[in-house]
Amino acid sequence: MNAKEHDIRVEVAVVGGGLAGLTLACALGTAGVEVAVIDRDPPESQMVEGFDGRTTAIAFGSARVLDGAGVWADVADEAGPILDIRVTDQNDPLFLHYDHRDVGDDPFGWIVENRVLRRALMRRLPQLPTVRHIAPVAVTGLHRDAGGVTVALADGRTVSARLVVGADGRKSLVREHAGIRTVGWSYGQHGIITCIEHAEPHGGVAVELFLPAGPFAMLPMAGNRTSIVWTERAELAAWYLKLPEHRFTAELRARVGDWLGDFKPVGVRAAYPLSLMHAERYTDQRLALISEASHAMHPIAGQGLNVGIRDVAALAEVVVDALRVGLDPGAADALDRYQRWRRVDTMTLLATTDALTRLFSNDIAPLAMARRLGMAAIDRLPPLKPVKKFFMRHAMGMVGELPRMVRGEAL
Amino acid sequence: MDASGTHGREGDAAAAKARTTVDPEEIARFSAIAAEWWDPRGKFRPLHKFNPVRLGYIRDAVCARFGRDPRAARPLEGLRIVDVGCGGGLLSEPLARMGATVVGIDAAERNVKTAAAHAAETGVDVDYRATTAEDLAASGETFDVVLALEVVEHVADVELFLEALAVLVRPGGMLFLATLNRTPKSFVFAIVGAEYVLRWLPRGTHDWRKFIRPSELAAGVRRTGLDVGDITGVTYNPVSDRFALAPRDLDVNYMMWAARG
Repeated sequence: MNAKEHDIRVEVAVVGGGLAGLTLACALGTAGVEVAVIDRDPPESQMVEGFDGRTTAIAFGSARVLDGAGVWADVADEAGPILDIRVTDQNDPLFLHYDHRDVGDDPFGWIVENRVLRRALMRRLPQLPTVRHIAPVAVTGLHRDAGGVTVALADGRTVSARLVVGADGRKSLVREHAGIRTVGWSYGQHGIITCIEHAEPHGGVAVELFLPAGPFAMLPMAGNRTSIVWTERAELAAWYLKLPEHRFTAELRARVGDWLGDFKPVGVRAAYPLSLMHAERYTDQRLALISEASHAMHPIAGQGLNVGIRDVAALAEVVVDALRVGLDPGAADALDRYQRWRRVDTMTLLATTDALTRLFSNDIAPLAMARRLGMAAIDRLPPLKPVKKFFMRHAMGMVGELPRMVRGEAL
Repeated sequence: MDASGTHGREGDAAAAKARTTVDPEEIARFSAIAAEWWDPRGKFRPLHKFNPVRLGYIRDAVCARFGRDPRAARPLEGLRIVDVGCGGGLLSEPLARMGATVVGIDAAERNVKTAAAHAAETGVDVDYRATTAEDLAASGETFDVVLALEVVEHVADVELFLEALAVLVRPGGMLFLATLNRTPKSFVFAIVGAEYVLRWLPRGTHDWRKFIRPSELAAGVRRTGLDVGDITGVTYNPVSDRFALAPRDLDVNYMMWAARG
């Protein structure tokens, strides 16, 4: 290590090398911004060959952001397009049906393995001369003042920047350092994730089946594979996870039905607790939080990473707009713009997913009737009626004052 | 820094030459609030809110005229710019970061000191001088780009001031002006709104009678031998809390550029 390397000077320091942090680094790097992304995990982690079961729904707007960051081309071949969304209540025939052709030729989104996304991001980083990926290393200190930010690393080096971004997830240390409190609650539910390989093609159809324990989602991956997100009461989830394969398959069969033909589970089974979390602020002096460092929501609408990617698009635009006119990307007015931009979208989704979860995760007769009638009513709207179109555009991540990257424009 | 600013007045008045455009009362008013320049949530909030849009306007027009790429890291590299009435350096510093060689001048010594102190802190190279446009013009120095933003509404003799600015513009160079229109709407927004209702600015910051209509300003600029290239309005959107260019709405804030040859 030479002396010059001891203090790494950049415009933006990103703490956290997850999907959101790496996407931000690639977006900023594509625009020529000096960035350091500090990652606790070794670069090769989560990239081992072989599917581990984890997938992400990438909304249409998010794919545009990834494209603008120079990442999507490397993902597209292995992404399963969502052409149709069906929402149904315990196999009730009154289901809600969204066809992508009602809003144009583009799919609603894609189902992508996390492993594939991470691999594409990691391949993109070395192509960007202004991006430094510093890994694996832990952050041991953070100092902020009116003039700038210094991030101390466990190996003795420091990173100096004008803005530090907390992309370090739900238990964000950056958020804690800034003393930003959170509100939230647990749903008492776990999400069981797994994947099935099936005989019949899924035709790009995503199904959200509302069961009394919570939503059960079937998401079309590339090829004859479907990703399952199965919400279950916390106390039962552990029990399902431990079932022998034939009994687990039988439980899946009871929920999936016959439409995919014969199937077998592939990849791991895992379960994680579902909760809602929202940070009271997304910014502090020379500091911004993105993705799960500032919000976590129920996966009911498949919006988790998509909200994070919209954070990335908005923050990248705020930073680039400031730098291109010689302004300070970490100044309070730039950060105010970011927070203001993201807060409404995030709170709307948090409230919507929370309400949906409460509405659907129960068997109370009047609510069950209301949601059936409600879904049927929305479904009967002709495809181009604004309300239905609005729901569909929301699923695509195309609502609100859109960042340039979400609109498919260069930063 | 104390906010009285009274001790600065005599010194500045003494520095000003016999025939000058500098109004000593104006200097006193701005020196009093110089310490607040760099707080985006402080008294200069409107200027900070203005800054992205006016910097973008300048950058794009300069890049178009000088054949530069506005998306480059330092699009103004090699250009000499003078920022007349630089205040705390809110324009000078970003322009230097965009690569320009910047001279920031202000008749108020205190503003120049504030600006220089801030530039030293942030490591940006700007040549700040306590002088006037007339004195700089008399010295024979010339520039690719001359800026006088939010200044003409504060000078005592607009015609004389514009003449001095024009002398500073090199052949092929540009002059940028930004100011407030003299309309009933500007009285409501810039005086009643900004100084009394929102309290963005101290009362008495602006004198509505000194505001200049775009036609008057353009005529004054043409008399100096420059050609007016563009005039645009700048409007405030209270929902997004941002200013944006509004080419057809010149009723309150507006900007223009003119060029020599």
